[in-house]
Amino acid sequence: MADKTVTLTIQGIEVTVPAGTLLVDAAKQAGIYIPVFCYHPKLEPVGMCRMCLVEIGRPKKDRQSGELMTDESGEPIIEFGPKLETSCTTPVGEGWVVRTSSERALQGQKQIVEYLLTSHPLDCPVCDKGGECPLQELTMDFGSGKSRFLYDEKMHLAKHVPLGDLIFLDRERCIQCARCTRFQEEVVDDPVIGFEQRGRSLQIVTYSDPGFNSYFSGNTTDICPVGALTTADFRFEARPWELKQAASICPHCPVGCNLTLNTRRQPDQDGRVTIQRIMPRHNEAVNETWICDKGRFAHHFTRSPRRLSSPKIRRDNDWVDCTWEEALQVVAKAVKKAGDGLVGVAGGRASNEDLFAFKKLVDGLGGKALLADSMGGGDWVQKVGVGPGTNLRDLGQGDAILVVASDLHEEAPVWWLRVKQACDRGADLVLVNPRATRLDKFASTRIGCEFGEAPSVVSALSDGMASPEGVPGRLKSAAKKLAAAEHLVVFYGQEGLPAAGSQALAEASAALLINSGHVGSPNNGLIPVWPHNNTQGGWDMGLKPTTKGLASALDGAKAIYLMASDPVGDDPKLAEQLKAAPFVVVQDLFMTETAREADVVLPAQAFAERAGTYTTGERRVQRSYMTLPPLGEARPDWLIVSQIGKQAGVSFEAGSVVSLFAEVAASIPAYGDLTYQSLAEFKIEWPPVGGDDLYFGGTSYSNRQGLGIQLDHVQKVGKAPKVTWTQTAHAPADQQLLLVPVERLLDRGTTVVPSDMLANRLQARHIEVNPKDAVRLGLQDGAEAVIEMNGSVHKIDVVLRDSVPEGSALLPRSIGVPAVEPKLAKIQPVREKQTE
Amino acid sequence: MTEHIVLRHRDIPDIGQLEVYLKHGGFETFTDVVKNKSPQEIIDVVKASGLRGRGGAGFPTGLKWSFLGKAKPRYVAVNADESEPGTFKDREIMEHNPFQFLEGVAICCYAAEANHAYIYMRGEFWDNAARMEEHIQQLYDRGFLGKNLFGAGFDLDFHVHLGAGAYICGEESALLESLEGKLGMPRLRPPFPTVNGLFSAPTVINNVETLTNVPLIVSRGSDWYRSFGTEKSPGTKIFCLSGNIAKPGNYELPLGTPFRELIFEHGGGIPDGKKLKAILPAGASAPILMATDEVLDTKMDYESVPNVGSQLGSASVIIIDDSVDISWVEYKITKFFKHESCGKCTPCREGTYWMLHILERIHEGTATPDDVDLLDSVAQGVQGKCLCALGEFASGAVVAGVERFRSDFDLKVASQ
Repeated sequence: MADKTVTLTIQGIEVTVPAGTLLVDAAKQAGIYIPVFCYHPKLEPVGMCRMCLVEIGRPKKDRQSGELMTDESGEPIIEFGPKLETSCTTPVGEGWVVRTSSERALQGQKQIVEYLLTSHPLDCPVCDKGGECPLQELTMDFGSGKSRFLYDEKMHLAKHVPLGDLIFLDRERCIQCARCTRFQEEVVDDPVIGFEQRGRSLQIVTYSDPGFNSYFSGNTTDICPVGALTTADFRFEARPWELKQAASICPHCPVGCNLTLNTRRQPDQDGRVTIQRIMPRHNEAVNETWICDKGRFAHHFTRSPRRLSSPKIRRDNDWVDCTWEEALQVVAKAVKKAGDGLVGVAGGRASNEDLFAFKKLVDGLGGKALLADSMGGGDWVQKVGVGPGTNLRDLGQGDAILVVASDLHEEAPVWWLRVKQACDRGADLVLVNPRATRLDKFASTRIGCEFGEAPSVVSALSDGMASPEGVPGRLKSAAKKLAAAEHLVVFYGQEGLPAAGSQALAEASAALLINSGHVGSPNNGLIPVWPHNNTQGGWDMGLKPTTKGLASALDGAKAIYLMASDPVGDDPKLAEQLKAAPFVVVQDLFMTETAREADVVLPAQAFAERAGTYTTGERRVQRSYMTLPPLGEARPDWLIVSQIGKQAGVSFEAGSVVSLFAEVAASIPAYGDLTYQSLAEFKIEWPPVGGDDLYFGGTSYSNRQGLGIQLDHVQKVGKAPKVTWTQTAHAPADQQLLLVPVERLLDRGTTVVPSDMLANRLQARHIEVNPKDAVRLGLQDGAEAVIEMNGSVHKIDVVLRDSVPEGSALLPRSIGVPAVEPKLAKIQPVREKQTE
Repeated sequence: MTEHIVLRHRDIPDIGQLEVYLKHGGFETFTDVVKNKSPQEIIDVVKASGLRGRGGAGFPTGLKWSFLGKAKPRYVAVNADESEPGTFKDREIMEHNPFQFLEGVAICCYAAEANHAYIYMRGEFWDNAARMEEHIQQLYDRGFLGKNLFGAGFDLDFHVHLGAGAYICGEESALLESLEGKLGMPRLRPPFPTVNGLFSAPTVINNVETLTNVPLIVSRGSDWYRSFGTEKSPGTKIFCLSGNIAKPGNYELPLGTPFRELIFEHGGGIPDGKKLKAILPAGASAPILMATDEVLDTKMDYESVPNVGSQLGSASVIIIDDSVDISWVEYKITKFFKHESCGKCTPCREGTYWMLHILERIHEGTATPDDVDLLDSVAQGVQGKCLCALGEFASGAVVAGVERFRSDFDLKVASQ
C-alpha cells in the first residue's frame, strides 16, 4: 500500500502521489490551492465546512469487464459526477481528472463563503485574528465581495465566553468547523470541549471544571480558522501586523519546542518591547506544530518588575546597586583568590555557550564546576542517546517505547503527546512507574514498582530480553515485546530516585538498549527527561552533578559561584553553608533564595533577550534568537562569565556568542561540525504551515530559522554498564511516609508564577496521600498536616488520592516544601487547639 | 387490499398480544430459521423477494444484508425514529402489531449473525418504548430471546434506546452516533454502516416497516411476496395519508397503486368541495408535486414517482387543497428543517437559516419581488453540497415550490 502511487490530473497538472493521499493534499503538493476551513492535515477529515468542493471526473469503466472505456481516439472516457465533491474527504484515484477552479467549482466555493458569512459578525476591525485570518483570506480569494444577506437578520451571540482562564470564545465568529474539538479529542485525548445544541445554535462549550482543563488548550487558538478562540494572553492586545517575529526555543523543558515569539513596543510597559504572545514554530521532528500551555503562557517572567536589572553588592548587610565595573572587579578578585577552593554550580536553564564559558572559567581558576540539576545519566545519553534522524512520529506498528520513572504528561507534555500518538499508530508502550500516569491507558504493559526500584526492574527486563527463561512472570510479555521491537526508545526520569539512583537508571536503560542492539541508529536509544531545557547541554559542556549531594560539595569552599541555579530553594539548609562561605556570587534573573545569601548578585538576561544554543533531551542542538532588548543592565550569562574571566586572568577569545560557539565546536567533539549557520538550516516540511494561502488555516509559524541538528555519537558505546546502585530500603515507620517529590507542569517556579492568567491553574499547595495511609496517620482530606523531615517542620494541606501508592506521599515540587529527593518524613495532622 | 402483510392487526384482532400472535403462527418462522436455516438462506429469500427499505431510500434489503463486513461482533440497529412530517406508520405497527415487528428483528439478527439489536425509538415514543420493553421481556420469558435459543447455540438480546427528539437521528449514521452517546450528527460515508457501523462494527440498519415484512416473506416465500406490487418495487407499502383529505390514515396497499386511487378511492377525496392543488408524496422530504392528471395517474413506487419529479420516500402523502398558499407550505417546511438541521455542514446550517428568514419576510409581507429569486438562488446554492440528505431535502423543497408554484410566491410579494 505504502509503495503504491496514484497518478491523476488536477487543474491540468499531472500529479503522482502515494495511494491513499487525500485529494486536497495531492493538490497542495502540486502547488494547487484548494480552500479549506475544517480540514487540517493533522486531524482526521470530517467534510463539515464544504469549502473544498471540486469537480471530480473518474475514468468510465465497463460494468461487466471492469475495463476502462475509451473514446474514438483511444483516450479514456472521463465521467464527471452530478455533484461537487469534498476534496478533503476523498482519497485520490488513478486517472482522475479534477477541476478545482472550473466555473462550477468556483461557484460552489463562492456559495460556501457566502453562507459562512451570513452568520459571521464581520467584526474584523476589532478581531484579534484580523490580518492572519483564513476566513478573511478565503473571503477575499473566493467570496463574492458583497452579501445578499440582510444585516439585520444576523444572529447575535455572546462574544466574551471564557472557556477557562486561558481561552475565550466569541460565539458569533465561530464557524463550527470542529477543529478545536477534534484536536482535543484526537490529538491530545482531553475531550473537555465539544458541541452543544444543533443547527445554527450549535456552539462550543466546555465540559470540565475548571473550564477547558487541558495542558494543550492554546493550540486550539492556532488552528481556529477564525477569531472565535483567542487566548487571554493576546486577546485585544495587538494587531498581528504590528508584531515582530523571532525564532526561539522554549526554556521550560527538555523537549525544546520551537517557538516564534511575537513582540511589540507596549504602551502599558513604558514603551518597552515585550512578548505579546508565543506561537509554535513548525519542526516535525520536535514539536510538529504544537506546544503546551506552559510554553505558550509562562513568559511573563521576562517582563516581571521583580527581575534583577543591575548588579548588587552587599554592604553592611544591605543590598546596594553597583556598577558592573565594581561588581566584576570584586568577583574576579574573590574567585581568583579562591583558586582550587572555588566551587561553581550552574543550572540546566543556561545555554550551551553559558555553560561552556562557566566550565572554562572555573576550570581555568583550578576550581570545581558542577551541574546543579541532580539527575544523573547524561554520560550514557551521549553514548546511547537516540540516533540522528530520530523522529518520534516515525514510531508505530512493530516499534516499542519504554517509559521509566517519569510522568511525561507533567514533565514534558509534547513528548507525552508524541508517545501517545505512536501508541495510536500501533507502537507498544511499556511503563515502569510506581504510580498511575496519563500514559497508562495507552500502554500495552504497565509494570508497577516501588519508588526507587526502577533501575532493578529495568535490569531485570534487560536480562529477560536476552534470555526469556527465569524472567519474573510479570515482566515476561514486556521483555518479549521490547526484544522484538524494530525500534526502541527508552525515556527515563528521576521520580522516586536520588541522583545516584537516576544515574543507575540511565545505566540500566543503556545496558538494555546495548544488549538488545537498539543503539546507534535513528529512532533507537535513550531519552532523558531532564528537569531543565538544557541539562543535556550541561553534560555535553563537561558539567556533572555531584553524586554526594551539594552540601558536601560546598563544604569548605573558599568561594562559590552560582549561575542560573537556586539550590537553597530546594534545600534551605544550604543557606547556612552559603553564609559560612567566604564569598558567594549569584548570577540569575531574580533575587532567589540562593541570591539572598550572596555577596554579589549579577543580573542575567532571560532566554529571549539573548542568542544561544540549547540541546534537547533528544540531543538536538537548536538555535534561539535574540528577541527582546536587554532589561536594565542585565547581561547574557556567557558575557558575564567571560568578563569575570578576563579580569581573573582566564583568557576568552569570545567577543560574541557566535565566536564562543565556534570555541564550543572546537572543544567538544560531538559539536565539532556545528556552526550557527548550519543550525539555521531548514527545509520546508509537510504540512506546509503559515504560507500566504494559510492552507494550515491557522497562525502557527513556518520554520525559516533552523530545524536544529541532532548530535551524532562520537563516543564508543562500548560494553553495557553494570548497575551497582541499589536503593536503600525505606520502610516507613509509624507516623511516617516516604515523601516523593514529583514534577507538575504548572509549578510555582519563578518562571511560571509571574504569568497572572495561570494563577488559578498553578499546582495547589498540598501533598497527596493514599486514603489508607490517611486512616493510619489520622489525616483528613483537605485538612492541614505537619511534616517533619531532616529536622525541619512544614505545615501543608493533605489531599487524598487513590492513585498514590501506599506508604508514600507525593510532594509537588516548588510548592514551598523543599525536597531534592525522596525522604522519609513524619506526617501528623494538625491538632486543633481545644477552645474552652 | 384483500390481506394486510404489515398491518395484520387490522385482519386479526388483538394480534398485539403475544398469545394471539403465537396462536397465529407467531415466532414459528424464527424458531424454524434458528433451528434449520443458515443465515445465507435467509438473506437469499429476502433478496429474492425484492423487499426494499421502507424508511425512504428504497435500498434492496437483502442486498444490504449481503454487504455486511466479515468482522464480529455485528449489530442490528432498528430505525424507529419515525420523524418525517406526516409519517405515522411505524408507530401503528409498534403499537398494534409489535410481535411481528420483533420477530422480523430477530430473523434479521440471525441473518446478520448479530447477537444484539438496538431499537432506536424517537424520544416522543416514550410510552410506546415502555410497552416495547414489556413485549421484549415477554419474549425473554417465553425463550424467544436470551442465550442459546432453542438449543441451537444462538444468543440474542434486544435493547430499546430512546432518542432525544432530533429528526436527524433518523438518518442512519446520525442514529448510530446517537446510539453511541454522541451528538446526533451524520457520519462521512464511506465507510458504510454495513462495514463500519455501531461501535465500529458491521451493522445492519433497517426501518420498522421493512423488518415487519420479513417474517411473512420468510415463511411464505419470495414468490408469494412478489405477487404484490410491481416487478422492481414488490410487496405492499403503508401510505400515510394526511392533509386536506376526507379520510386520513394509514393504508397498506400494493406498491404501484396510483395517487388517484389512494386519494379518491381510499382517502375519500378532498372535503368541503375544495379542489386538489398539490401533493407532498413523502412528507417534507420530497419535492412538492402539482396535482396534474399525469401526477395523479402516476404509480406510487420507487421508480415512477421520480419520473414526475419527486420521490416515494417513506410514502407519507400529504394532500394540499386549493385554499392553501404554497409559499406558506414552504415556509412551514423550511421552519421545520431549520429547526432540525444538525449544524454539522455549512450549506444546511446556514442555508436553512437564511431561507427561513426570506420565507418569513414573504410570509409576513415585508419581502420584495426580488426576494423570490434570492430564495430560489439560496436554495439552489445549497443543492448538492450537503453532508447528508437533510440539507438536500430542505433546499429541494424550496426549489420545487418556487419552480412549480411561482405564482403563489409572486402574489405574496406583489400584494405588499
